[in-house]
Amino acid sequence: MWRRILALVRKEFLALLRDPKSRIVLIGPPLIQLLVFGYAATFDLQEVPYAVYNEDRGAAARDLLAAFAGAPSFQKVADLHAEAEIAPLVDARRALVVVHIGPRFTADLLAGRPAPLQVIIDGRNSNTAMVAQNYVRSIVDRYNDGWIAARDRQGPPARLVMRAWFNPNLESRWFFIPGIIGMLTLVVTMLVTALTVAREREQGTFDQLLVTPLRPDEMLLGKMVPGFVIGFVQATAILLVATLWFRVPFLGSLPAFYVGLALFLLSSVGAGLLISALSATQQQGLLGAFVFMVPAVILSGFATPIENMPAFVQTLTLIDPLRYFLVVLRKVFLEGAGFALLVDQFWPMALIGVVTLVLAGWLFRHRMY
Amino acid sequence: MSPARGGAAMRLSGLLRKEFLQIVRDPSGIAIAFLMPIFLLVLFGYGVSLDADHVPVALVADAPSQDSADFLAALQGSHYFVPRVAGSLPEAEQALREGAVKGIIHLSADFSRRLRQADGAPIQVLVNGVDANTARLVEGYVTGAWGAWLAAQSARRGQKLDMPVDLQPRIWFNSELKSRNYLVPGLVAIIMTLIGALLTALVMAREWERGTMEALMVTPASMSEVLLGKLGAYFILGTGGMLLTVGLAVWLFGVPLRGSFWLLWGCASLFLLAALGMGLTISTLARSQFVAGQIAIIATFLPAFLLSGFIFDIGSMPAVVQAITHLIVARYFVAIVQTLFLAGNVWSVILPNAAALALMAAIFLGITWRKSRKRLD
Amino acid sequence: MSEAILAAEGLSKSFGAEAKRVTALDQVSLRARAGVVTGLIGPDAAGKTTFMRLAAGLLTPDAGRIAVLGLDATRDALKVQALLGYMPQRFGLYEDLSVQENLDLYADLQGVPRADRAPRYAELMHMTGLAPFMQRLAGRLSGGMKQKLGLACTLVRAPRLLLLDEPTVGVDPVSRRELWAIVDRLVRAEGMSVLLSTAYLDEAERCAEVILLHEGRVLDQGPPAKVSARTTGRVWAVTRPGTRSRDLQAQLEGRPGIVDALVQGEHVRVVTAAAELPAAIVDDKSIVVRAVPPRFEDGFIDMLRSRQPAAQHGTAAAAAADAAPPRTDNHDIVIRVEGVRRRFGDFWAVDGVDFQIRRGEIFGLLGANGAGKTTTFRMLCGLLPATAGRLEVAGLDLRHAAAAARQRVGYMSQKFSLYGILSVAQNLDFFASAYGLNGAARRTRIDWALTEFELAEFAEQASADLPLGFKQRLAMACALMHEPEIIFLDEPTSGVDPLARREFWQRINALARRGVTVLVTTHFMEEAEYCDRLAIMAAGKILATDEPAAIKARARSAEHPEPSMEDAFIGLIERAAGSSA
Repeated sequence: MWRRILALVRKEFLALLRDPKSRIVLIGPPLIQLLVFGYAATFDLQEVPYAVYNEDRGAAARDLLAAFAGAPSFQKVADLHAEAEIAPLVDARRALVVVHIGPRFTADLLAGRPAPLQVIIDGRNSNTAMVAQNYVRSIVDRYNDGWIAARDRQGPPARLVMRAWFNPNLESRWFFIPGIIGMLTLVVTMLVTALTVAREREQGTFDQLLVTPLRPDEMLLGKMVPGFVIGFVQATAILLVATLWFRVPFLGSLPAFYVGLALFLLSSVGAGLLISALSATQQQGLLGAFVFMVPAVILSGFATPIENMPAFVQTLTLIDPLRYFLVVLRKVFLEGAGFALLVDQFWPMALIGVVTLVLAGWLFRHRMY
Repeated sequence: MSPARGGAAMRLSGLLRKEFLQIVRDPSGIAIAFLMPIFLLVLFGYGVSLDADHVPVALVADAPSQDSADFLAALQGSHYFVPRVAGSLPEAEQALREGAVKGIIHLSADFSRRLRQADGAPIQVLVNGVDANTARLVEGYVTGAWGAWLAAQSARRGQKLDMPVDLQPRIWFNSELKSRNYLVPGLVAIIMTLIGALLTALVMAREWERGTMEALMVTPASMSEVLLGKLGAYFILGTGGMLLTVGLAVWLFGVPLRGSFWLLWGCASLFLLAALGMGLTISTLARSQFVAGQIAIIATFLPAFLLSGFIFDIGSMPAVVQAITHLIVARYFVAIVQTLFLAGNVWSVILPNAAALALMAAIFLGITWRKSRKRLD
Repeated sequence: MSEAILAAEGLSKSFGAEAKRVTALDQVSLRARAGVVTGLIGPDAAGKTTFMRLAAGLLTPDAGRIAVLGLDATRDALKVQALLGYMPQRFGLYEDLSVQENLDLYADLQGVPRADRAPRYAELMHMTGLAPFMQRLAGRLSGGMKQKLGLACTLVRAPRLLLLDEPTVGVDPVSRRELWAIVDRLVRAEGMSVLLSTAYLDEAERCAEVILLHEGRVLDQGPPAKVSARTTGRVWAVTRPGTRSRDLQAQLEGRPGIVDALVQGEHVRVVTAAAELPAAIVDDKSIVVRAVPPRFEDGFIDMLRSRQPAAQHGTAAAAAADAAPPRTDNHDIVIRVEGVRRRFGDFWAVDGVDFQIRRGEIFGLLGANGAGKTTTFRMLCGLLPATAGRLEVAGLDLRHAAAAARQRVGYMSQKFSLYGILSVAQNLDFFASAYGLNGAARRTRIDWALTEFELAEFAEQASADLPLGFKQRLAMACALMHEPEIIFLDEPTSGVDPLARREFWQRINALARRGVTVLVTTHFMEEAEYCDRLAIMAAGKILATDEPAAIKARARSAEHPEPSMEDAFIGLIERAAGSSA
């Protein structure tokens, strides 16, 4: 029996990789995409373009503006001289933030009155606006602390002392790059599995297989292995790039990572083969892959937290294997989680894998066309 | 007898009718054009949001007092939080590790005492930094709650809170910072990319694979007419999908459309031409459905999702990656729809992006036209 | 009437990159006359399709020129295309459009004025018999109907020249006859000129003139009689009382002095190299020989074999001769089909079929497209469960022991389903392993396949790049890897040229003599002659099960004293259709 399966596996690999075009498609784009997406996927703002409309000639205003100028995440694009200049600049998206200092700013401060500082933020991308607002707030807070300390005045009775676990600088790239590993692994297993059965059906070789004494479970195993092996190799390569190139810390246990990967591959290979077994043509397989992949990515919590979704959508995410794998990845990478914390993520993936694979194997022989 | 101008019109209408009949007969095409947009829009509109609401946080007061109870009340007053009181710090930390809470607010035993001292009392805030964005939101919300609490405290004591610079942020275009208001318009662009490229990525390849291209070629119809027929049919289908998504965005999700609808229509048409052109280019160059499909998967969804400015801010990407985003058709349209929906007819945004769309459309259609000659070799 | 409607001069065309450049046409010069049917005849990869495409202006020649209707087909491609009708091999139909919609599309594209359409459609639909199906989707038509619709679409605006690229491949004999009736009518009544390519040699005889292509060169051109004439006085009907003609054919094939030997009902048709009978026939006193008039196929095979090294068709013949002596002692039944029915939706594709096949028998399943023979076949292979009835293969009930039965069966499908991307050796290796062969046994069988089927020189080549005839050999080798006792062949020779077909049947005969049971479906009526017994199917039922001679005997009538298998087949089908109507 093992010899027959070995022959099947060999055949599957040859069918996938003998064509140089397929080799390029399977290996090139995922690595390139990791690099590009790794840089693109971040909520941290760099060089926020801001403009200054300063009506005050006082020293306090100059100090505050110096604090903005010294902040690495801000980049001044313009000095304005009239209120009317603000709107065109923001409308045209040339400035995300406009700092408007009124004419009595220094005078108010020195008099001990609260000095209003108007900051206009482009809210078209609400998330960017929120982040930019937080950046501005932290500059102003630091300025206030300095002002109070320098004048030895009474500060607020309580201060916030913020500390972030696992990701002290709150770099969102650390959050997204493990997610990209999961997403690209899903795409690659889909490319490998979703079309295999459909392609054999179209070319007639599937009939040829069915008339051999091979059993459906042997055929299933033969079709699973390439997805597994390619997924493993790919994920390992991406893991290396993530840790060595992007310097995302890897604190957890490598065995826990690989157990999670294996279970995720089990479930995504299962989903891919199920789509493939359901499809009579490659076109259907392709559309099926798309219909599965797009919601799987969106509902996985990759960019938008699952907790923010309404209850019925949260229920829907329970059948999304990527959802569990992303949790595993982030916990292993950043939180240093071991097996004990991950069991709740492991068993649903195993369940999805077993159900889809059993269905796919049954369909091999029972899907007629 | 020679094919006159009337002949060209007849041929074109024949080709258009053929494409429409094929679209109607193939349920998968209809599904991509109409069901997929509705599905995605509902998912995004209702399901996906970057705004953290009702964030579970744990409050640990080492020595409960009236002050700590006041602070808890302030947190409870914000709809951003669902605070729960934890007995001890280790217990709260365990909950944070398990993901049961997103943050811990820790008031040490000497909180009440230090509150009345000169340097003030520290309020320790611990967040799970794995999801940096949510963590930052939680920090922002805590800061807000803290500010409100301080103000209430000072008011009660009749003191004036000493706040040298009073930050007064004003968010333009989306004052409540609803992420739906920017995700939904961006989604219009993503959906149209999928419709445009995925539908047409297979159509030319299908004609080649089924051998019908050969039969079309020996009729008097020119290649431009064949392409025009396909472009026309899918253009109309795509316009239908666009109107559907825009309609849903405005009426179902209440996203304001501040710019001109006709301007939106015009820009969407340019974008459709570019997206359809991209699909036709893939299809023409690949000539096999398998390869065309693989390229379509790799070249459409993830790049449009991640590199268009739909979720991630392009300005914050490194220069090289920013340069790459200029190749993504969706990025220009995302800029246009976000502006048209939320800001209005801002010509300084629309004109350059529309020009870029027109250029991309011209390039893709030009490649397709050049590569589809009436020759088999 | 004899001006050239199509003329090619020094036409050359090759494909592919530098290293693997394949020459499809090499210095082809020919002329086709107006107002007649000209046949473009040749084996696979002779360059027929390439020539058709050049004539339609779809390809640019590397050298030479081709003029169609007095215009240069390359430079004035659009003008030429407006004047001719071209039906590509796959008919160019949109399967998701109805008959009416396909016609409308091509009428629009050809600029047929709307007023002229109704009468033209009526005429075409009457001619093709498709009138009742105007609203049916083209994809739901049978192969024969698709082909006629394809023809109707190319005829919406009567073209002056009609190019038909292998219009009859994979189409049953009834549909083939109808197509030829249409073509003949177009030529006679409308004065159309037709250029038609085909690998069916009996069709060549219906052409006014034939052009013989082989490996990209023109071998000969002229009326078909000219080709037949070269074998005048060298064609014989040979019998030996007491020997089956199949065995006699195997014995004669490939012997010195014999160019071709072909089973033809009760006798073997032999073409000799010279006018005198060779030793192989003269020395065998029990052989009875009768001279018969030559036909086109004799001349064509003679022409092809004369340019082929003798060794190439010798090996298969030698293998056939090597075969063990016929085993006649064992006549137990190995395949039993009882009351089998199969339903798709509310349509009974197979509606009560019974037959039995004995060990070592070659059993043929014949029928028009859609008769239910493929469904029957798939049920026997265990690819499709029967709705009702009992199927038994090698004594095993397929309902319970399908896996055990599969181990004893070899299967070859009509598409020669191989892994195109794998090399020949990898395909063989995979199927050997799939059937559980390993170690030395596997090595031995692979070596056997490579030598027996002369595949050794292609061992490392991707099987998708093989010529069709070699694909067929490889498919058969794969099906035989585990030395099955039963072999199922689904239209094993469809689209394969006459030489490859002959070789194929030699191997099948050799297998049968060794006691292997063979079940075969085919469209080629002359191949039915190789079978021991035949079942003829129509509309899901079996019309007749008998020996070929007996089936032909039933069709004997006053006007058909010596009916061919095709006559008998069509007679049976028409009678069944008549009785059911």
